[in-house]
Amino acid sequence: MKKPKILVLRAAGTNCELETANAFRVVGGDPDLVHIAEIKAGKKRLMDYAVLAIPGGFSYGDDVGAGKVLANQVRHTLTDLRQFVRLGRPVIGICNGFQVLVKAGVLPHSNACDQVASFTFNDSGRFEARWVHLRLNTQSSCLFFKGLPEMIELPVAHGEGKLVLKSPRHLEDLKKTKSIALQYVTEDGKLMGYPHNPNGSIFNIAGLTNPEGNVLGLMPHPERFVASHQHPNWTRQTYRKQAIGLEMFKNAVDHAR
Amino acid sequence: MNASAVKDPAAAAAEAPGILDKSVKELRALGDARHLSLNDAEWAVIQGHFKGLKREPTLAELETLAQTWSEHCKHKTFTSPIRLTEGKKTRVIKNLFQETIVAATQAVKKPWCLSVFDDNAGVVAFGKKWALAFKAETHNHPSALEPYGGSETGVGGVVRDVLGCGLGAKPVLNTDVFCFGRPDYKGPLPEGAHHPNRTMRGVVAGVRDYGNRMGIPTAGGGLWFDDDYRLNPLVFCGTVGLIPQWAVDKEVKPGDFIVAVGGKTGRDGLHGATFSSANLGEDAPTSAVQIGHAIAEKRVLDALLRARERKLYRSVTDCGAGGFSSAVGELGAAGARVSLENAPLKVSDLDSWEIWLSESQERMVLAVPPKNLKALQAVFAAEGCETAVLGEFTKTGRLVVEHRGRPVVDLDMQFLHKGLPRVEREAVWNAPAPAKPSGGAEKKASLVLREAVADLNVCSREWVIRQYDHEVQGGTVIKPLQGVRHDGPGDACVIWPQAATGDMDDHMGFSVAHGLNPDYGRLDPYWMAMAVVDEALRNLTCVGADPSRAALLDNFCWASPADPKQLGALVRAAEGCRDAAKGFGAPFISGKDSLYNQSKDEKGRELPIPGTLLISAISTVPDARKAVTMDFKGPGNALYLIGRTNDELGGSLYHKILGRSGGEVPKVSPACALEGFKSLHAAINRGLVLSAHDLSEGGLAVTAVEMGFSGEFGCLIDLDEMARDPRIYSNETLLFSESPSRILVEVSPESESAFLRHFGKGAKAAAVRRVGQTTANPILKVVGLDGSVVMEEPLRELKEAWQKTLPAVLG
Repeated sequence: MKKPKILVLRAAGTNCELETANAFRVVGGDPDLVHIAEIKAGKKRLMDYAVLAIPGGFSYGDDVGAGKVLANQVRHTLTDLRQFVRLGRPVIGICNGFQVLVKAGVLPHSNACDQVASFTFNDSGRFEARWVHLRLNTQSSCLFFKGLPEMIELPVAHGEGKLVLKSPRHLEDLKKTKSIALQYVTEDGKLMGYPHNPNGSIFNIAGLTNPEGNVLGLMPHPERFVASHQHPNWTRQTYRKQAIGLEMFKNAVDHAR
Repeated sequence: MNASAVKDPAAAAAEAPGILDKSVKELRALGDARHLSLNDAEWAVIQGHFKGLKREPTLAELETLAQTWSEHCKHKTFTSPIRLTEGKKTRVIKNLFQETIVAATQAVKKPWCLSVFDDNAGVVAFGKKWALAFKAETHNHPSALEPYGGSETGVGGVVRDVLGCGLGAKPVLNTDVFCFGRPDYKGPLPEGAHHPNRTMRGVVAGVRDYGNRMGIPTAGGGLWFDDDYRLNPLVFCGTVGLIPQWAVDKEVKPGDFIVAVGGKTGRDGLHGATFSSANLGEDAPTSAVQIGHAIAEKRVLDALLRARERKLYRSVTDCGAGGFSSAVGELGAAGARVSLENAPLKVSDLDSWEIWLSESQERMVLAVPPKNLKALQAVFAAEGCETAVLGEFTKTGRLVVEHRGRPVVDLDMQFLHKGLPRVEREAVWNAPAPAKPSGGAEKKASLVLREAVADLNVCSREWVIRQYDHEVQGGTVIKPLQGVRHDGPGDACVIWPQAATGDMDDHMGFSVAHGLNPDYGRLDPYWMAMAVVDEALRNLTCVGADPSRAALLDNFCWASPADPKQLGALVRAAEGCRDAAKGFGAPFISGKDSLYNQSKDEKGRELPIPGTLLISAISTVPDARKAVTMDFKGPGNALYLIGRTNDELGGSLYHKILGRSGGEVPKVSPACALEGFKSLHAAINRGLVLSAHDLSEGGLAVTAVEMGFSGEFGCLIDLDEMARDPRIYSNETLLFSESPSRILVEVSPESESAFLRHFGKGAKAAAVRRVGQTTANPILKVVGLDGSVVMEEPLRELKEAWQKTLPAVLG
């Protein structure tokens, strides 16, 4: 079967690229780790790939704000990203990659390519790593979620994960366009504060998609749940769960085929 | 050196302090002023050497000798003769390191040890294709001066050790252990000392920020609180790296370029090696603490491993203490020629010796065959990482350093590395007289238990652990926090290094665990050493690692070895290490020592730390999908206790809570312990164990409580079923004894007979007994020796007490 080529974008400080590439490989993708300097130098071209993944990490140390420097590089170097998205090719930004997509104005979608959202420090004031319960927006057309249950679990690990919007109006827009992909919830699906919402994000938002559903940005790490024994409770028989993260990568690869 | 070669006489005069005509007293004063930490015998040898050469040493030469001969770099205490007086007997130990640590490793002869003691980390085989490089070291003095910067660069340093091991290993785990004064310490502190609360926050933040940014999971560490650490905190940083077996060996050939990669050189980190070889006081040089930059090191990591895959260099080492001086010296024992003007600098006004000795971070030195230089430079440039050709390796047997055409160092390598005089030191050890437990007031067992779970050395570490990204690289299959709500205290983590191997079908994992208990050392450092080796191995066994494949690291942190009593205790601890390693068949593969951990307190009295030994153990988990956590899995399961309980409450948490002193220090029988560990490992591998948790501070009572509240089930325990010294008549002794080698295990009723079969002939030695069962109601119910109920405690309240201690003092 055809192995879709996946561009896994790197920069100084990217650090989840290997496990992200492994996840794509397991579901039949052909991942290529590409440093943004290689794109800038014209050695690699975004349009030669079927899927773009921006993995987690601390690009450029998150100096001047999480993902900000890489977001600027994406704006000025990946100039064909808009076209890539318009063609319906899957794009996933995980953790630092989500921060990059937001600060580059790719998510939330806006016709003017404006940045209408950003991230700030967790309400707790600290970097935190924990597993969270999430609710998928079953109304969204996000291609990464095909066949997934409404309630899932994934780990988060970040210090600047609190999503903020330019104005309350933008929250209404997100709801209307079904762009809210994932929300932090309690085990029984309720919207609650810390620690269920680990960072204080507005409306418990954990992930965003575009109205077409081919771009997904999320703070949780699906690449850390691609085998059942990565779940924190896999040693408890009653908790054995399907590796949800892997399904997201599979959906992207299947879509690209 | 020929004086006519000197172009700038003024600069040269400034750089030659003149030692040939100085008296012993004057030399001492010079050493103190320049933080050289050289003793009289060393000064005499240096003076003699240069008198023979009929010239003064340059400042850079003096600094190079002081750094190379520092305690930090040469481990003089461990390698010089010691005259030990024990009672009326006196014996001479020629080389403590060789006679204890190395001797044990040679005695147990494990073919899977691929590199021990001579590289930057110890290396053991991991399957057929891979190997694991493991190193742990301390960054105590810098962390006392500047907690955030000190711990950050501690992590950065040990990560570079692993990067500089063999041809470079990819870091796959960071593991950090800290000893602090109590964060709620209310007593006085001397001028300039940080409060332990501030030290702890800074250290945790430094480790967090460096490790998280580098994308290395931090898991499986430890914390110990004792007010005697208030002026001298201990910060142990450990890293495990994955390396292909072909890349374990390295060599330097004459003619290879000396290539520096990574960060630029600045004035940060001058005299780090020599300053950590002296007692810490007010006059500590502020420039001794380096400044870390994790992303610079991540660039080095990314570039180095790419260059390794293309075999572009022949050898590599890190710039740690002593900077270029120690890195070039380590690699080029046959000779080297360096031109300092080629080093990229942070500031332009650095003196020659400063460039040569600076401990600026994120730098490594490679030996590169000239034909590969262009390709290597391209690989590093692609990652935005600087390279500079400093010079070349030679076979002249001389270390020659020049700066702008002016010679600044010209030393015989033989003298530099072998010239250090060995000074015999005095040590005294007097076996403590066995003291009956005395003092303190009796307390109800249930009240002791409540205090025990809330004790700083037992309570939840979640406040620290959550701040570390313990799951980056996606391989942490057994996490540091375990149980239904992901908050129970795991014994160890299990790492499945799939990101680094790229092979998700290979399920082999590895585990790392530690042992540390200075309270036992206060009674007898020998038995402390035995107990902490045992603790590290039983923690490994609990999660499913193979106890017969375990390798050990030693880290001794001690006060000044100039005090014969301190040195005697250190010898005793080293001998405990030797006997434990032999008894358990577990080789040491690497280690470090940090001495002079003492400072003057607010009244000007010396405050030494308690003699502290950290044992870190690493072993393979044959199939990570069979690993085990410590939380009870269901009601109605059998509880087996492995290991015999003795009346040895000396140094125990129970005694601390009662305010009692004396008592026997816990003693280890490695043969019996190993029997239990191996049998349990076999049972875990067959899937016969639901949960396992080791017994440590607070004994059986605390272990049962932790397993219960983590799994949200209770248990019923009958103390009369325990394998024990028949002279024990006290329920409290059975509940709170800290006899080593013990593990509480949960087994389903249908697996019980198969589980016991694994103990077979060894069952008697391992002392495995069914002591109770799990229950649906989350209550700890204990039946005492006379058949009456000793306690019936709701676990939810105990969990709350266990969880709130650290947040209450740290926020």
